[in-house]
Amino acid sequence: MDKLNNITSQVEASSELKSSSLWRDAWIRLSKNRLAIAGLIVLLTLIMISLLTPIIAPYGYEEQNLAIGATAPSEEHLLGTDIFGRDMLTRIMYGGRVSLMVGFVATSVALVIGISWGAIAGFFGGRLDAVMMRIVDALYALPFMIFIILLMVVFGRNILLLFLAIGAVEWLTMARIVRSQVMSIRNQEFIEAAYSIGLTRWVIIKKHIIPNTIGPVIVYTTLTIPSVMLLEAFLSFLGLGIQPPQSSWGLLINYGVETMEEYPWLLIFPGMALSLTLFSLNFLGDGLRDALDPRASKD
Amino acid sequence: MIKFLLSRLLQAVPVLIIVITATFFIVHAAPGGPFSADKAVPPEVIQALEAQYKLDQPVWRQYLGYLGDIARGDFGPSFKYPGRSVNELIMAGLPITAELAFYAMIIAILIGVLSGVGAAMRPNTLQDYVPMTLAMIGICMPSFLLGPLLVLVFGIQLELLPVSGWGDIPGDKILPSITLGTGYAAFIARLSRGGMLEILSQDYIRTARAKGLRETTVIIKHALRGGLIPVVAFLGPAFAGLLAGSFVVETIFQIPGIGRFYVQAAFNRDYTLILGMTIFLSTLIIIFNLISDLISIWLNPKLRDEVSNG
Repeated sequence: MDKLNNITSQVEASSELKSSSLWRDAWIRLSKNRLAIAGLIVLLTLIMISLLTPIIAPYGYEEQNLAIGATAPSEEHLLGTDIFGRDMLTRIMYGGRVSLMVGFVATSVALVIGISWGAIAGFFGGRLDAVMMRIVDALYALPFMIFIILLMVVFGRNILLLFLAIGAVEWLTMARIVRSQVMSIRNQEFIEAAYSIGLTRWVIIKKHIIPNTIGPVIVYTTLTIPSVMLLEAFLSFLGLGIQPPQSSWGLLINYGVETMEEYPWLLIFPGMALSLTLFSLNFLGDGLRDALDPRASKD
Repeated sequence: MIKFLLSRLLQAVPVLIIVITATFFIVHAAPGGPFSADKAVPPEVIQALEAQYKLDQPVWRQYLGYLGDIARGDFGPSFKYPGRSVNELIMAGLPITAELAFYAMIIAILIGVLSGVGAAMRPNTLQDYVPMTLAMIGICMPSFLLGPLLVLVFGIQLELLPVSGWGDIPGDKILPSITLGTGYAAFIARLSRGGMLEILSQDYIRTARAKGLRETTVIIKHALRGGLIPVVAFLGPAFAGLLAGSFVVETIFQIPGIGRFYVQAAFNRDYTLILGMTIFLSTLIIIFNLISDLISIWLNPKLRDEVSNG
């Protein structure tokens, strides 16, 4: 009898394990990936620093010291100062706030539009799908640079517009990914089963289809954030993104290039900040893909 | 196949019309006319200029007139470069940008495919880690950072290579091409590694190996075709990216290509130049996407069946 109980509890334990096994396995695989975990830690640290910048920044954002001008890294100014004597560490911290915010907000915009669009197109298929995906194709064909440049020129270079414009560009790939994922799911037996017990289409989309696309969506989201940040930096570099007195890493790099012959640290430090962040996000995204991709888990 | 090609070509037409219409109306909604920057111009002169460029007509007539001009392949005169047409400016910049993009693409494909395939052949060894780490650095090092750093090191510190111009001094094409190509080399390396790994685990590869074929034969004759499909599919979008990248690279290295014209046109509010270039570049991108789709289908038997059946 004891033995039987033992077996029963073992079976229960194993079935419990199985019910959450996808996410637990994914976490175990992820935590074994040192680069991904390092990326995660760096990223969390950067987010913390950004949130606390007004408190922990060593100098004021606008604080100038024209008397010293541009100085190389020293004890008072760990990363040196720019031509106005402003502390670079402080400026990079404030710039990072803007860069990270653009990354996260614009990606959220892209996420919401992309998932809804892709899920609807993939689920209903047929003519609706054809029309919706043609629209995506049309938007893909619109060179997004001019699209954003035009919007910035027409409506003034404000940061809210930048969020929307970048979000409006980046949802396209998300829509395609979700659509193809949905199309492969919708013909599987468990969806048929959901129909046969009388669930409505919307319930099926919400409860069965979208949750099953979540793996690729998480992975792609993690990889979209760096590309959004890159886009913002790219625009700011050309002078078409973030405008002074606001600052971002792209804008700091832009300024750094102008004076790189005399004061290379003004280019190198903001560049390192941007690269390090992109690195972390990409390694994390890669790790998540390996962790969540069932095909990769076979071998 | 021909039916598919025709249908894709027909789909491209409404896409182009949307692009033309959207760009036209966004540009016309811009505050501040093209001549408003010039100081102290008498109103009669502005009127005469507006009449010359048909800006005094209602917007819908300007639109229809523009559509008619485009249908004849005429993008009209430039606002800011007096006496030069948009067509001339595009034709002056295009060969330079095309050459730059071509070199960048050669660098990207050669380095990318070689290192990606090499990595896939020995996964989880040094032959995999080293190029993949470098690829990651390449992806995280945007062109507007890589370019200035290369200038700083090879141009200013080592004084090895010229840092601006295009075709003026020997060697001035090297740094821009590397700057533009590196990111794509990194991307292609990752894509070809991923594609090859997937193909190499397939049964038909096991069969080929079981037949006793040499590994190089297996890779070249059997695996490459399938393994490089993701790379080919990427080439279409990569082309669009190269054009955007040329904006930055041509600005950094002061190369008189269409990318630099484009950025300047945006700053100058050169309406006709922006419009013409947008439409021209969109057409190019659509064509390249179509070509990369066709090659993908040709390489992938599954897609080929779908196309000929549907």
